Amino acid sequence: MLPECDSPNARLAVLARQLCAGGTDGSTWEHVQQAPPDPIIGVNDSYRADTDPRKLNLGVGAYRTEEGKPYVLRAVREAEAALAADPAANKEYLPIAGLPEFNRLSRELALGPGHAAIRDGRVATVQALSGTGALRVGAEFLAQHLPPGQPRVVYVPNPTWGNHKTIFGKAGMQVREYRYFDAKTRGLDFAGMCADIGAAPPGAVLLLHACAHNPTGVDPSPDQWRQLLALTQEKRLLPFFDSAYQGFASGDLDADAASVRLFASAPGPQEMVLAQSFAKNMGLYGERAGALSVVCRSKDVAGRVESQLKLVIRPMYSNPPMHGAAIAARVMADPRLNALWKEELAGMANRIKAMRQALYGQLVARQLPGDWSFVLKQIGMFSYTGLSKAQCEALTRKWHIHLTMDGRISMAGLSAASCPYLAEAIADVVATGGSA
Amino acid sequence: MQLQARMQVRPAGPRRAGPAPVRAMAGSRFADVAQAPPDPILGVSEAFKACTDPNKLNLGVGAYRDEQLKPVVLSVVKKAESKIFARNENKEYLTIEGLDGFRKATVDLLLGGDHPAIKEGRVAVVQSLSGTGSLRVGAAFIARFMKGSTVYLSNPTWGNHRNIFGDEGVEWKYYRYFDADTVGLDFKGMVEDLKAAPPGSVVVLHGCAHNPTGIDPTKEQWASIADLCKERDLMPFFDVAYQGFATGDLDKDAFAPRLFVEKGLEIMVSQSYSKNLGLYGERVGALVMVLNDKEAATRCLSQLKRLARALYSNPPTHGARIAAEVVNDKELFEEWKGEMRGMAGRIERVRGELQRALEKKYPSKDWSFITKQIGMFSFTGLTPVQVDNMTNKHAIFMTRDGRISLAGLNSAKVEYLADAIVDSVRNH
Repeated sequence: MLPECDSPNARLAVLARQLCAGGTDGSTWEHVQQAPPDPIIGVNDSYRADTDPRKLNLGVGAYRTEEGKPYVLRAVREAEAALAADPAANKEYLPIAGLPEFNRLSRELALGPGHAAIRDGRVATVQALSGTGALRVGAEFLAQHLPPGQPRVVYVPNPTWGNHKTIFGKAGMQVREYRYFDAKTRGLDFAGMCADIGAAPPGAVLLLHACAHNPTGVDPSPDQWRQLLALTQEKRLLPFFDSAYQGFASGDLDADAASVRLFASAPGPQEMVLAQSFAKNMGLYGERAGALSVVCRSKDVAGRVESQLKLVIRPMYSNPPMHGAAIAARVMADPRLNALWKEELAGMANRIKAMRQALYGQLVARQLPGDWSFVLKQIGMFSYTGLSKAQCEALTRKWHIHLTMDGRISMAGLSAASCPYLAEAIADVVATGGSA
Repeated sequence: MQLQARMQVRPAGPRRAGPAPVRAMAGSRFADVAQAPPDPILGVSEAFKACTDPNKLNLGVGAYRDEQLKPVVLSVVKKAESKIFARNENKEYLTIEGLDGFRKATVDLLLGGDHPAIKEGRVAVVQSLSGTGSLRVGAAFIARFMKGSTVYLSNPTWGNHRNIFGDEGVEWKYYRYFDADTVGLDFKGMVEDLKAAPPGSVVVLHGCAHNPTGIDPTKEQWASIADLCKERDLMPFFDVAYQGFATGDLDKDAFAPRLFVEKGLEIMVSQSYSKNLGLYGERVGALVMVLNDKEAATRCLSQLKRLARALYSNPPTHGARIAAEVVNDKELFEEWKGEMRGMAGRIERVRGELQRALEKKYPSKDWSFITKQIGMFSFTGLTPVQVDNMTNKHAIFMTRDGRISLAGLNSAKVEYLADAIVDSVRNH
């Protein structure tokens, strides 16, 4: 017999539970299905489980040294030591919007300290749980606060970081793709990109990777960025930058911020959203240091936007974790630590560039058919190899090289010693098509 | 459509509305975004900071203060941090479900280390962003896997509960809880309301030290509530934010969730280490599901991870390392228990002093609720108008529901507070 229910949905839910919960030993949660493993993080798991000594982890994007070890920046260690020694430090809740000093320094890092938008007080910034958290808070805010007439639609590049679609979807936004990666050239399909963006309805959100596109490593040129800005303004789209690699791509913090600064400086003034992560460029991965900024047309609007961002945050996690942000703030603010950071950042970027050179050299030496120069042209931690799913599976199965099945490899996981092995493996799967 | 449904459930009331904004510069797409009101709880601390009155007293947010009204970093936390720092650990991403050493420790604390549910692999646990983050992951899980279910919240409850479930599009209702006449538990009303809840409903229960009232069910009442949940197929969701902080005893404070599990109920639990380990800003907590089936627990964990991935990808390392270090180290664990007894003891002491001061000044009123209530908070019964008097006239900052945090009171301020309360009750 069905108990009183308010609605057909509720009735259905009760029925489902009654049908599924078999007797006294049945779980209320019998109907819950096993979720598929996260494609990116799942690679780490399979790597860990692999016992072959030649195994390579080219999956998740965390920097590794030449010895294949994680790297904690010296600037970060010193900042941490200073925090530990600080008699005034405590563990009190941060404000909902996070550490104010961190927020100020984060937006200055992205836009440049003298930027007009900052001077005018037009930038609302909240500390966030690294890039993911910034994207989620931003997405929720937009879903709720874009003008009622405007579509809740976000355009993302094809391909993009998998979690983008999930995050915007969870916020209730419709996700559409714009052409991006050209499989033939392993470069940018700029014409396709502009055509698809050009067809977006006014007010749509346009997700852009600030630099070192993930997963392809393919970035627009400065001239292409200018054209994209013009298109964005013409179509009245709202740019939403995902900046996870500032300083990590070229080794230069300012150079890597060029696209963000171009848009933020555009006439209007141009409004935009920016998600920043300090996971890679400061090696703060697990400390979850990030920021969400909304560049608004006026200071008054920015104030109101900030107040609403706090309303999104409070029911999500109340206030953000202090440790990572405190470290990042100190590294950015202290001139000596800042200089040390820039040195180490350049060091990491240079090692990755060196790996690109090394891999390219090895592929060319093996006289692989096709043009592999994309390895040099692509930017940042990742390279989109263009290998098929079957070829990727063969890389893992036969060569114990762990990567995501979209053919993305993390250059940070390579060393001078392992490049020849990878080149050998790629040559093999290219020749066999992954069927051996 | 999913978005439409969520927007309908989202409360249209005071939380989002504000005064009509002045038309911003032409063309801002955010021109109509209203100024949100300050958070009713966290906003109190902001107002306190801004106040220049030398007599000011902050009885707002529930953060422990010592006898000098200074924030406290626990000795065990400092020691744990030194150990961790000396080990030179890396800052790699944790897994989505968090630090294994912490996950094990937190479940051991909740259920007791050798609990059969743990041995049988029937417990799903994800590290999350303290109590709020854990509740949010739980709410997201309920929204997805208990579609159409209503969540029942005590009246009153911690304000953020409403927003957490609301933002996940989960409908919530109140069950009666606080009896203003007795300044105690309206057990009869609670039972009636829970009996009337449709099967499959979720019931949020405060594990101990109910926030904001400080009123907990007795052991017998807990047993009745558990039986009722079984009988009516209600899903208990425990908010455990004060384990060890209420009585000073970790096991005593875990009585309710343990009883429910013992009775064969499947439960969800959100745990926070903000107060008991003083880790507030490090955001340490966990969402735990105790099921009666191992495979179901495994599947639920996989789904919890999926939900966490879309919120923050993986939880912060630092606080979890500290918590794991303290719980897993025999000496630190014992010292921690001592520190918790100290904090709980100080609160118990100031409760007694406040009650005696009030009894002296206003003997015709029954102030015994102050020592009957447990934990950080006291629900004074002050009305919003009286609360405004407390703040505006006496520079005593508290939430407008009449809640005061005893953790923010010391012996030196007892008289001042008692005078202010008596003034507010008598004259407003």
